[in-house]
Amino acid sequence: MRVGFTVNGREETADDVWEGESLLYVLRERMGLPGSKNACEQGECGSCTVLLDGVPVCSCLVAAGQAEGRRVRTVEGLAEGDRQAPIQEAFVECGAVQCGFCTPGLLVQAHDLIERVPRPSDADIREALAGNLCRCTGYEKILAAVRLAANRRAENP
Amino acid sequence: MTVRRGAVGAPAPRVEGLAKVTGSAAYAYDRPVADPVYACPVQATIARGRVVAIDGGAAAGVEGVLAVVTHREAARLADTADAELAVLQSDAVAFRGQFVGVVLAETPEAARQAAGLVRVEYDEEPHDTELRADRAGLYTPEQVNGGFAPDTDEGDVDAAMEAAAVTVDRIYTTPMLFNNPMEPHTSVAVWGDGGDEGGGGPGEARLTLYDSTQGAHVVRSTLARVFGLPPERVRVISPYVGGGFGSKGMPHAHNVLAGLAAMAVPGRPVKLALTRQQMFSLAGHRTPTIQRVRLGAGADGRLTAVAHEVVEHTSALKEFAEQTAVGARMMYAAPNRRTAHRLAALDVPVPSWMRAPGEAPGFFGLEVAMDELAQACGLDPVELRARNEPEVDPESGRPWSGRHLVRCLREGAARFGWEERAAVPGTRRAGRELVGLGVAASTYPYYRFPGSRAVVGYDGSGRYTVRIGAADIGTGAWTVLTQIAADALECPLGAVRVEIGDSELPPATVAGGSSGTASWGSAIVAACHAFRGAYGTEPPPGAEAGADMPRDPDAERFAMHSFGAQFAEVRVDADTGEIRVPRMLGVFSAGRIVNPRTARSQFIGGMTMGLSMALHERGVLDHRTGHVVNHDFAEYHIATHADVVDVDAVWLEEEDAHAGPLGARGIGEIGIVGAPAAIANAVHNATGVRVRDLPITPDLLLR
Repeated sequence: MRVGFTVNGREETADDVWEGESLLYVLRERMGLPGSKNACEQGECGSCTVLLDGVPVCSCLVAAGQAEGRRVRTVEGLAEGDRQAPIQEAFVECGAVQCGFCTPGLLVQAHDLIERVPRPSDADIREALAGNLCRCTGYEKILAAVRLAANRRAENP
Repeated sequence: MTVRRGAVGAPAPRVEGLAKVTGSAAYAYDRPVADPVYACPVQATIARGRVVAIDGGAAAGVEGVLAVVTHREAARLADTADAELAVLQSDAVAFRGQFVGVVLAETPEAARQAAGLVRVEYDEEPHDTELRADRAGLYTPEQVNGGFAPDTDEGDVDAAMEAAAVTVDRIYTTPMLFNNPMEPHTSVAVWGDGGDEGGGGPGEARLTLYDSTQGAHVVRSTLARVFGLPPERVRVISPYVGGGFGSKGMPHAHNVLAGLAAMAVPGRPVKLALTRQQMFSLAGHRTPTIQRVRLGAGADGRLTAVAHEVVEHTSALKEFAEQTAVGARMMYAAPNRRTAHRLAALDVPVPSWMRAPGEAPGFFGLEVAMDELAQACGLDPVELRARNEPEVDPESGRPWSGRHLVRCLREGAARFGWEERAAVPGTRRAGRELVGLGVAASTYPYYRFPGSRAVVGYDGSGRYTVRIGAADIGTGAWTVLTQIAADALECPLGAVRVEIGDSELPPATVAGGSSGTASWGSAIVAACHAFRGAYGTEPPPGAEAGADMPRDPDAERFAMHSFGAQFAEVRVDADTGEIRVPRMLGVFSAGRIVNPRTARSQFIGGMTMGLSMALHERGVLDHRTGHVVNHDFAEYHIATHADVVDVDAVWLEEEDAHAGPLGARGIGEIGIVGAPAAIANAVHNATGVRVRDLPITPDLLLR
């Protein structure tokens, strides 16, 4: 089947999509957007998190057909032109990136949090990111990065 | 000779940070390749026996399927000495989950569907997967991982135990553990005859691998041997690697399977990524351990005897002997010391390296035992450890290059508020929570492995390129090697570009044993000095110089180890037994810290993995089937963001004058060592319940 949706502001279509094909697969293998990662393929690790009509989802669990006509935003679409989103800058600045494999999903999830909750508490951050597993960083610096990005965003909305 | 300070010691941000936060860093599976083929393995569903029939007919009939490859079709490998890598070479099954075939198709869905249709008939044999200390057939390996002797015996432990005023004699166990880097093990393999990225002349079979590995060169040399090719006809490309923690430190069966599968479709790249579930049988694991620790001491807590005797498993297919008791040989002063390793060769997947092999499980047993001894002697656990500091390495008799364990303990005690610890367990309460503090010591050896070479080049316009086939698996190698080169060349950080992650680059040792910075870094320092020696500060365009890692004579004269003190606070719900860890602090002595930003993440990440080991992680092997039943993140739990509240790491400002030109001893592994014991000791302090078997779960605390 043919599937069409908006990805990071661009109209995209994919042909010959198999009925069970995941949104993650279509993004990565058909649309040239490998930023979203496949680390468990069963919705447990959050590495494939994207925004679907503004809501974070595990794209490994979303059938591509379900995205028909909708808006998808991936890590590749967080920046505004050449300017990185505050959460992207903060991740580098705070040392919240190590191997980087969980990073795209975490960025999308954290970006969504600070869009919804301008001044999240530490408990808010932990809860929001609890579904995004990281094996390298120990989470501390990720928390610091989300705090930093949230503060910057609140100061310069 | 030491390198001047400048870039080294500064918290330079990660050089590949931007690529990683924009999603443009291409990991092995992300690399765009033309006309890919997708591979899906077929795995054994028995733990021991023989394949007697395989029917791939239904699989081959699935639209888009290109080939079904089993041991009948697979090419014969040139070298099958490493049984783990002798993939599809016979009908024998040595563990459940072993590869018995692979399906190649135009789409991953077709490959997976078809793999499920391959019918395999087995002649099943009785299997044996259960580790017990009293089982038959335990044996002593020739050596344990790291090349250490399996057993040591000095003095008379039994007599010393008999005579000791205070003794501890307990069994501690750790479960089967899985590395679980976030990036699954991936190999994209293509056979060509020149003209592709592999290069080379026409007609010469060449293998190119986009791989997820801790060492491009070791994958190249191993696969060259296995496939019977000269090494220069194998190329391994792995610039970005999504973690490894040891499990990507050596090639595993999937690398060979990808190469074998790609033979069926020459010229087309075959994409193979293990699923998370497949990783539990094919990407290594940490053996379960059964540790008997005996400590004998005077009433003043001074040790007279230390014995650490370990039973663990290996795979009947291939031996891997974790060096669990080796740390006990050097940790404390005691005239009578014994260590031993006994293995059971079982029908289980092949164990391998997992972060701090040896020390990570071994220091659970040893450091909980020390806590028990402190309690028995009525001594503070910090003081007990301080009283047992050895002047020189008890094992080798060599002087320490720098042993600052007591400073770490004292500094940590002051920072952590150790004086608030209740001397009597189970007596401190905050509302419905029982509160406890715990401490454990930590150590990890300094390793610097020979075999690396770095080459420095100059482009004529102020830019230097440093080439070395090293790996950054998230450690920060890319960044710290740039810092080291900038200081050694005495130029700004921005003038240096480091190239790593490709076997076409000069050889480099594996990212393992916390050795990367010291090994690759000292090769880079030597190459930079050779470059300046040859060309001075005004090099001509195209100038180039290289050097091998220099010898390290001090490594034979000194006992060289990093040390640390781990502190934990736990709160246990008195009604439910729920365990929370609101605070952890690690104080480390690891020589010079090259980059505080990346180093802190390494320490904290290790400590959090230790928290995870203490409270969550346990591989459950079903002995009826030989299957690791909890083989995914739904059931094999690792610490999440919600589990981690305040984990902090600090370090002593120091340089190890004997640890090469950088004075740095390595930091990748020590963070996990001792962390589980600190938490277990804190749980005891909170509740009075001594848990000697990991993980510590609420049910164990409800009595």
